[in-house]
This record gives sequence, structure tokens and C-alpha cells, in this order.
Amino acid sequence: MKILVCISKAPDTTAKIAFTDGDTKFDESGVQFIVNPYDEWYALVRGLELKEANGGSVTVLNVGGADSDPVIRKALAIGADDAVRIDAETTDALYVAKQITNYAKEQGYDMILAGKETIDYNGSQVAGMVAELMDAPYVSLSSKLDMNGNTATIEREIEGGVEVIEVNTPFVLSAAKGMSEARIPNMRGIMAARSKPLTVVPASEGSNSTVVKGFTLPAAKSGCKLVDSAEELVDLLHNEAKAI
Amino acid sequence: MADDRFEAPDYYQLDDLLTDEHKLIRDTVRAWVKAEVSPIIEEYAQKAEFPSQIIPGLGEVGGFGPYIPAEYGGPGLDQISYGLIMQELERCDSGLRSTSSVQSSLVMYPIWKYGSEEQKQKWLPKLATGEFMGCFGLTEPDHGSNPSGMITNFKDMGDHYLLNGAKMWITNAPIADVAVVWAKNEEGRIHGLLVERGMEGFTTPETHDKWSLRASITGELVFDNVKVPKENLLPGKSGLGAPLGCLDSARFGIAWGAIGAAMDCYDSALRYTKERIQFGVPVASFQLTQKKLAEMITEITKAQLLTWRLGVLREEGRATSAQISMAKRNNVDMALKIAREARQMHGGMGITGEYPIMRHMANLESVVTYEGTHDIHLLITGMDVTGIPAFMNDGSQLKNL
Repeated sequence: MKILVCISKAPDTTAKIAFTDGDTKFDESGVQFIVNPYDEWYALVRGLELKEANGGSVTVLNVGGADSDPVIRKALAIGADDAVRIDAETTDALYVAKQITNYAKEQGYDMILAGKETIDYNGSQVAGMVAELMDAPYVSLSSKLDMNGNTATIEREIEGGVEVIEVNTPFVLSAAKGMSEARIPNMRGIMAARSKPLTVVPASEGSNSTVVKGFTLPAAKSGCKLVDSAEELVDLLHNEAKAI
Repeated sequence: MADDRFEAPDYYQLDDLLTDEHKLIRDTVRAWVKAEVSPIIEEYAQKAEFPSQIIPGLGEVGGFGPYIPAEYGGPGLDQISYGLIMQELERCDSGLRSTSSVQSSLVMYPIWKYGSEEQKQKWLPKLATGEFMGCFGLTEPDHGSNPSGMITNFKDMGDHYLLNGAKMWITNAPIADVAVVWAKNEEGRIHGLLVERGMEGFTTPETHDKWSLRASITGELVFDNVKVPKENLLPGKSGLGAPLGCLDSARFGIAWGAIGAAMDCYDSALRYTKERIQFGVPVASFQLTQKKLAEMITEITKAQLLTWRLGVLREEGRATSAQISMAKRNNVDMALKIAREARQMHGGMGITGEYPIMRHMANLESVVTYEGTHDIHLLITGMDVTGIPAFMNDGSQLKNL
């Protein structure tokens, strides 16, 4: 079973968010990056579990610059066999999807797994675009994945219930909570990651097709206000917050 | 205890001094501690019990002999990695770090450095996983800061050694499969012996009623005519320098560990005083609170820099025992003062198990005493800069000047 897991780097959840270049670029100075949790906890770990049960290999792929290497090494420490980084500066999903597809289409993967979204830009687009570009079936927001030969049984949480889908390989899937439990690497894995191959591939032709015109932060939260009576609360909600 | 919301302070961007692998190792241990130990540590400290179920996980994340090479079952990490692991363990609890640093620096280190090949193959791989636990016997009831006065001794009986004596304040003693015991031979020379659980005449009674390191197990080692096979003597080094070499490694780890405890106290105090409202404003908005927080982060940052530099020197094999002494003394003293200030800043909540502060504070009272007391380390630095030893007060050491 040949499995490709797409991973992104994302700011640590405690990072202070600020922008530069006229509020068009995320300010990465002093920010710690992690493997995007949906990619790591669900897509990667489930991929590893399937490999451990059925044999095969798990390759992690990242589209990004050399500053992605630390998060790629973490994925290798958790258990991926090898890694590919497509050397590109990315700003839009279609460009990333084309880079992944151009690399993956000749490799014969049985499945391509990714998290349902990144925790920074929350695009939720890349996996679906890869499926389209590869002419492969796509199952989004999956919470369970089991394999029986070449057939996958996948569960998706839908409004008020669960949808169960069967699909044959090859397919593309985006993983959500429930797919697996996060794994903490061990020291042996960290040491093994030193010698696992990380292949850097030049970006294929193409360019970003969208331009970010600006980011804005939500308004700062005002302090907590304590009120003494229900009447005062109703008055404030009506006249000040204009919520009722 | 409340959820572990720890965020590590890095005021001088010292992460830039670490490699990506250092950061991965540190973050891995931090994640393991938050997931596996933080939720239970307060309960175990309260009931004065060692959470033995964490031993396999502690081995997995490199808590046992991180610098031991792969050929003996260790991960073969560098000294800064060892330090960072100790920092993250003590960030949770000094007792957790004590369990780890005793196994690493006081059991695996002497077997690795002074042991025979057979001893290394027999003990190190299983000590690295936690399948075997070990302890280290140097301190005696009447000989703490003066270990060379020890009375534990062994006689050569031809086909074995006969060991007699007692050791106390021994971390891990009641659960140890093997004890690295320092004892004098008939000529008064100090040697290391590997005393194994089950040897006749060897007992390890537990020390009860501690107010400190309550989640770590402590005991005595009692040797009553214990027959020790001759192949259990560590052949590679003898004399007081042998155990002191182990203590260099352990004290290096403690210097890093103390930063972890200080960071946890600071982080908790910062969060608490920003959230706690008095007189209609956060407690953190008062000048006296800010003075304390500012001094805490300054001292932590200085200790981080001191310790990082010590790590580089130790990795290069250039760190002296006196330099290690300075870092151990400075950092533990710094952590203890921060814990005491943080205790006050948490108000009444600071005395409860809801916050880790008083547990850290009580733990650090042991850490400032063991592995060389605060005062003895001052004398080591004093001797290093003056050339005059001041450990004894009869003046005899001055005659040779």
C-alpha cells in the first residue's frame, strides 16, 4: 500500500499574529511552526496505522521553502518513511494542488491523504483540487478510514448522522477529528529521522493565480464588565451593544 | 490540578541558539509531559506515591540515558538535548526529573564510563527502556557533604567481595534492580560496585514522610555482609573522582531542570496575575507585581544563557566541575526564589494543589540540598577562584600555601 500524506506547516496555536508589507503578509518573525494538526494527527497517523497493518510505505509531501524542513523532520520522526518537499513559495491553493499533482501523478499512490484544512488560512481546497486534477474520487471531512484490499470504507460526519462511503483506490481524502489519535514521537524515531530521505524537488511551471490584498485582525476584545442587576444588563445590551 | 496551560518564556529568542532537532526533542518531551504526567502528578504528589506506570513512556521519550550511544540501547543524543529533556521533566516536577537524572547520570553514566563491556551489555539496554531501574549510593548517614569519609566498605574474600555499610537519601532505592554503590576497599580506596536486588543481606527500606519530592521514591541501602561477585566491581575508575564524575553529569542536568521549574512558576504567576482581578483591575497591573514578574523573567533568561553556554562547553568536553557547580547553584537558587515569590503572587490559591507552585517550592528545597548543597557549591567556586579550599575549618590546608 503506497500512501502519500500532504502536510503543511502552520503557526503554533500560541503564536502572536501580526502582518507586514501593508498587511498583506503574515509576519513570521519569532513565530514557532508546527505540522498542521489535521495533517499530523489524522492524515499522517492514520496513514501510518494502515501501513503498519497492511505493509507498504508512507511518504510525506510538503510544498514550501526550506523553512518547512523542521516540520517535515517531525513527520519523519513520527514514522513516515521518506519525504518530498517541492521547493516553492505558495500563496494560493490551486498552485499548491498543481504542484502536488505534477509530482504525484506518476508515482502510483494508492491514496493521497491530507488534513481537512490548515489551522492558519483554513482554505479546505487543496485536497479537492488534487483529486480533480488527478481525476480521482475525493472524500472530504472523513472521520474513519478502513481498507479491505483495494476498497476503502470511509465514514463522514454529516448533519445529524454519519455517511458511510465505499471507494476503490486510488482516491484522495481529507481527514477530520476521529480518524486517529495523535502520536508523540519517541527519541528513537527522532534519531531515525536524521537518516530518512528528504528529497527536494524543484517546483513545476506555474504561478500563484490569486493575490492577497490584505489581512485584518478581529477587533480586540473589550474587558469583562460586571453588572449588578438584570435591568442594567438588558439596558446595556439594548442601548450600548445594540444586541437586543 | 487545573489544565496544564504552560507556555515557555523565551525572552531573548534563545530558540535561535538551538538546532531544529533540539527543539523537536524539547517539544516532544513537553507534549509527552502534558499528555501523560501533568494530569496525574498532583494526585501522586499528594499521596506521596511514585507513578510507576510512566516508566516505559519516560524511556520512550529519552528520559533514561539520552546520551548513551545506540550500541548500548540509548538514543545517543548530545548534552544540550539531555539538558532540554531534564528542563521539560522538571517543568512538571522535580521528582520526575530526579527519577530520570539518577537513572541517566548516576547509574547508566558510571556503567557506560567505568563499566566492563559485559556490564554495559547486561545493564544499559534495559536501563534505557526502564525495564531495569537503578539507584546510586554515595551519601551515608554521617557523611553527606564529606563523602570521602564514608565507612561503607568491602573485603576481598577470594572469590567474592563482602560488603557492609549503609547509604541514605537514595532516589529510586526501593524500586531499583541494581544499585551503583561506592565503598572503600581494605586500603581505603573508593570503588563502585553493582549490587543487585535479591543479593542476600541487601535491603532498601523506603524513606517516608517527606515534604518534598513526594512523587519520587526515596530510600536507604543497607548492606549486611552482602556477597558481591567480583565481576560486579566497576573496573574503569576508582577514587572519589569516579562518583564525582557522575555528579558532574547529574548536576549539569539539574542546572537545566531548575530552569524548567522556574519557568512553570513564572508562567503560572504571569497568567494568574493577569486573570485575577482585585480593586477592579488585574493584579498584574500593580507595580509590585510587575517588579516581581520582571525580576523573574530576567533571572530565567540569565540562567538560560548560562546553561546553554555550559551545554556547549560540556558537549566539547571543556566544561569544568567548577563551572557545573556554578550553574547548579545559581539556577536552583534562582528557581527556589521564583517559586517562593510565585507562591505569594497566587495568594491563597498558591498553597493548593490547583496550581503547581507550592509543589515546586517544596521540591526545590531538596534540589537546593542534594547533589552538593548550595553552600558547598559556593565553596567550590570560592576554591576555584582563590586556589584555597575552605571546606574544613581546622586551618590545616593553609599550611602548604
